[in-house]
Amino acid sequence: MQVPAPFEYERATSVDHAIALMERLGSEARVVAGGHSLLPMMKLRLATPEYLIDINDLSAELEYIRIEGAEVRIGALTRHRQLLESDDLAAVLPIFRDAEKVIADPVVRNRGTLGGSLCQADPSEDLSAVCDAVGASCVIRNSSGDRVVSMHDFHRGPYETAVADGEMLTEIRIPLRPGSSSAYHKVERRAGDWAVASAGAAVTMDGDVIADGRVGLCAVGPNLTNVEPISAALRGQAPSEELYALVGQIAADNADPSTDTRGTAAYKTHLAKELTIRSLRKAVARATGQA
Amino acid sequence: MTITEPGVEENANAVPTPDNNLNDQKPTGFGRMLRKEDPRLVRGLGQFCDDVELPGMLHLAILRSPMAHARIVSIDKTAAEAHPKVKAVITGADLAAQNLAWMPTLSNDVQAVLATDKVRFQHQEVAFVVAEDRYSARDALELIDVEYEWIDPVIDVRKALDADAPIIRDDLEGKTNNHCFEWEAGDKDATDAVFADAAENGIIVTEDIVYPRVHPAPMETCGCVADVERVSGKLTLWSTTQAPHAHRTVYALVAGLPEHKIRIIAPDIGGGFGNKVPIYPGYVCAIVASLVIGKPVKWMEDRTENLVSTGFARDYIMRGEIAATKDGKIRAIRTNVLADHGAFNGTAAPVKYPAGFFGVFTGSYDIEAAHAHMDAVYTNKAPGGVAYACSFRITEAVYLIERMVDVLAYDLEMDPAELRLKNFIQPEQFPYMSKTGWLYDSGDYEPAMRKAMDMIGYDELRKEQADKRERGELMGIGIAFFTEAVGAGPRKDMDILGLGMADGCELRVHPTGKAVVRLSVKTQGQGHETTFAQIVAEEIGIPPEDIDVVHGDTDNTPFGLGTYGSRSTPVSGAAAALVARKVRDKAQIIASGMLEASVADIEYEAGTFRVKGDPEKSVTIQDIAMKAHGAGDLPEGLEGGLEAQICYNPENLTYPFGAYICVVDIDSGTAEVKVRRFVAVDDCGTQINPMIIEGQVHGGLTDGVGMALMEMISFDDEGNCLSGSLMDYLIPTAMEVPDWETGHTVTPSPHHPIGAKGIGESATVGSPPAVVNAVVDALKPYGIRHADMPLTPSRVWETMQGNHTPPI
Ligand SMILES: Cc1cc2nc3c(=O)[nH]c(=O)nc-3n(C[C@H](O)[C@H](O)[C@H](O)COP(=O)(O)OP(=O)(O)OC[C@H]3O[C@@H](n4cnc5c(N)ncnc54)[C@H](O)[C@@H]3O)c2cc1C
Repeated sequence: MQVPAPFEYERATSVDHAIALMERLGSEARVVAGGHSLLPMMKLRLATPEYLIDINDLSAELEYIRIEGAEVRIGALTRHRQLLESDDLAAVLPIFRDAEKVIADPVVRNRGTLGGSLCQADPSEDLSAVCDAVGASCVIRNSSGDRVVSMHDFHRGPYETAVADGEMLTEIRIPLRPGSSSAYHKVERRAGDWAVASAGAAVTMDGDVIADGRVGLCAVGPNLTNVEPISAALRGQAPSEELYALVGQIAADNADPSTDTRGTAAYKTHLAKELTIRSLRKAVARATGQA
Repeated sequence: MTITEPGVEENANAVPTPDNNLNDQKPTGFGRMLRKEDPRLVRGLGQFCDDVELPGMLHLAILRSPMAHARIVSIDKTAAEAHPKVKAVITGADLAAQNLAWMPTLSNDVQAVLATDKVRFQHQEVAFVVAEDRYSARDALELIDVEYEWIDPVIDVRKALDADAPIIRDDLEGKTNNHCFEWEAGDKDATDAVFADAAENGIIVTEDIVYPRVHPAPMETCGCVADVERVSGKLTLWSTTQAPHAHRTVYALVAGLPEHKIRIIAPDIGGGFGNKVPIYPGYVCAIVASLVIGKPVKWMEDRTENLVSTGFARDYIMRGEIAATKDGKIRAIRTNVLADHGAFNGTAAPVKYPAGFFGVFTGSYDIEAAHAHMDAVYTNKAPGGVAYACSFRITEAVYLIERMVDVLAYDLEMDPAELRLKNFIQPEQFPYMSKTGWLYDSGDYEPAMRKAMDMIGYDELRKEQADKRERGELMGIGIAFFTEAVGAGPRKDMDILGLGMADGCELRVHPTGKAVVRLSVKTQGQGHETTFAQIVAEEIGIPPEDIDVVHGDTDNTPFGLGTYGSRSTPVSGAAAALVARKVRDKAQIIASGMLEASVADIEYEAGTFRVKGDPEKSVTIQDIAMKAHGAGDLPEGLEGGLEAQICYNPENLTYPFGAYICVVDIDSGTAEVKVRRFVAVDDCGTQINPMIIEGQVHGGLTDGVGMALMEMISFDDEGNCLSGSLMDYLIPTAMEVPDWETGHTVTPSPHHPIGAKGIGESATVGSPPAVVNAVVDALKPYGIRHADMPLTPSRVWETMQGNHTPPI
């Protein structure tokens, strides 16, 4: 049994309470949500926070999926499992179910959260790529109120986000537009493994052309959010295999993966292309009612 | 409660509803029955080492080296000793003062209990702390200050014998290189002559094949509780061991404790696979701690410690060569092996077999000549080379030959099934003496092969494959046909540290006709409490549920060498049958007295003894048991009671075999491999409990898919182990395996009392080449003849690009 270093522990009773605790305790305090990233690191003593603030009692404030008009709002404490199982979410943003089917395993999905995933900011983490593809923004709260940042601004680099000491991520907001759909593809060595590489795509159709399209990539390099040349290449184009190949190549050109036990850099670069093509193909098929 | 996972409908591995009637029968002997141990295990009521709690028990944690090769300059333990909950901090120097710093390995090498001079692999044991609780022990490790001086490590095994390679084992007197041992088998000259002839008149194929380092990774890690009784000095050690009796003797030799003052208890064990055969430094540390402090001490590895420091398996770099005729008759096989044994030679194998039973690399084929040469070397990696579900290196041997046969089929453009059928040893050739000196006891290979081909629909699959290739889709069919040599072993040839590999067994029938059978072997999940009850039941007719199986406690069981290398049924299973026959013989004499007939006139059938020709006159084994212990006279010269004891020394090994066929599909865009189907036809001789056999096969096949597709213990250039968690060292899940299709043929062993051969490792041995052969077959359109394990998507894709590199 791996055992963590000593720490103190408190259960927050409200988001305000959690923020007050964090303000008081400073950089040695960490929020624990599902605990599936933080606790393994603590057991290996790679993370040794002095204080843990448990937010798992805050379901009323932080655990929800709301589809309201032209926007989806998801609370930071929403579990992977809820993202997987929500039919309403799958109807408007099928990319979530695509991704959740291949994120971790049921044990992790039962507890792990959207907020924890984004705040962990692991370069191989899937939901950041998903949120990036669908153009999500993040609501960060501190004692003076909320601020809203784009995924691009949220991600500062591997394991680094815009959430500062004394702050919490509370919500993710995703705009909904008619004629849109999305899809996600991941290659893993085994069920439950982190991505060797993955790609998500979201498109908005305007008749026969792509009015807007975005691709989010995962595990192919640090901070690969908002590949603008991809969006530029897609804008106003009729979908075709040639277009997907072209865009896939842009994804590959922008990827900067490293070789590790999951795969070689060359293979991951290849996957950036291959999985971008597959996701785009599927997203367009879904948006045009062909899938 | 049913939990539905939306979207998982793509997983077509639907589990068939178990046929309860089929498995819940209560046979009087052999046959399907549910496992007697399962009511305990499936309800979480097993008692494992970590469940042992004793009054005043302390906890031990081990400080491990961060470097692969470094001199220990100094160790400062004062801060750790000052921790309020710490009872002791012990270093290698402390142990050296007691002459306990080094211990023998199972291969006549020595291994440091705690490093004294230098560390030789990353995570080697350097010091230990004993504290009041597990947390404090772990906290105190951080207070020990060790200064190391870096030495260049030897990580790439191919450079271990370079002239300028740093010497790892400078503890061994006069050691001037990293050579560990050299080994040879077969007839070099005869083999070379056949190769020379084939070079002119036939064909020679050569391939470099790596079997990467893998780990047994049992779900329960290793550990123990040591309790030295203060007055008598008797040590009781609850320990995760597959071989309690062998361990007792080794402790007596290492720690200098008299053997009658050592009791080893192996409680329930959560998987062994060879990982729990060796004696690890942690066990010795716990014993020393209990001796020094006078309290019980628990040591349990965490997951990382288990993966990075305990016995690995495989790590053979093999060059295989086959000489054959142009029409596909295999004439000779040659191999040269470089074996990575890590920092200490901790291989668990019979002493005269440093390469285990790798000598059976000639496989199931009748050939003219064979030769193997091996250099084993030391590297700065964890020690071991255990029998990880491999029947002593037969896994490597079978992988080599079965991969090479496919390489030959590729070059000859022959169907790999046809090529195998053409070369099999024929039934009338058994007992068959192989060209490397192994006497195969019995075999009938073609029916097993044909059965597997029928079950999978071989010809239709080849047609489907041809169609798919036309369309550019990648589908592969892989075959492996293996023969194992299990059940070590005849004591004239086989011993471990001087202990002969024969097994004792004791059977007592109680007055009311219930019984207890005591074994030396130790289950780690294989179902001994059921199988051995069935073996006894078959012989004396007492129902298996009335027979208690006692094992894993050296004070309460006869001596024997333990469970590994698929030896329990071949050796202890024979002992159980023979001890039951001994009891039956005595019962027959008692029956003759009860029935007033001569012994020769009594016949036995399924628990009842009858007078020949007068079936009305009969007594049951239960009647006899009461008589044996009851009032009244017994036949003259007979002692009371109904019990017996024997020690069984096997005459030969047993040679199970099987035909495995695997079908894979590969996504040509992502190079992901999907195992679509897998048929396993096994022949383990007489079957005791077919349900348990199928369970063993299912487990082994899953294991094989893991090794073929994902498992590998890897290191960076500095010797850091990169596989220290189950997120880094992948083992397969239900999602990666198909619905296993099993079948069998039965070719009994002629020398085993019940004809059984052993099944524990067959599937682990046979499945990796079937999966790899299938993947390579799928890649045929790319001109691929060989690719090494683990065939991860990345490795398959790189192979498709022509960039295959060995996994070293
Ligand atoms: C076996 C295993 C397999 C996995 N496989 C995958 C995979 O395939 N793909 C994938 O994407 N992920 C995978 N994960 C990670 C999983 O998704 C985690 O659950 C997730 O990364 C973190 O969510 P959590 O709620 O558990 O976060 P926690 O571990 O509780 O927290 C993670 C970090 O985020 C911070 N944090 C949490 N919530 C907030 C908040 N609201 N505001 C500010 N900071 C916050 C914490 O302080 C901590 O630093 C895997 C994990 C495991 C254990």
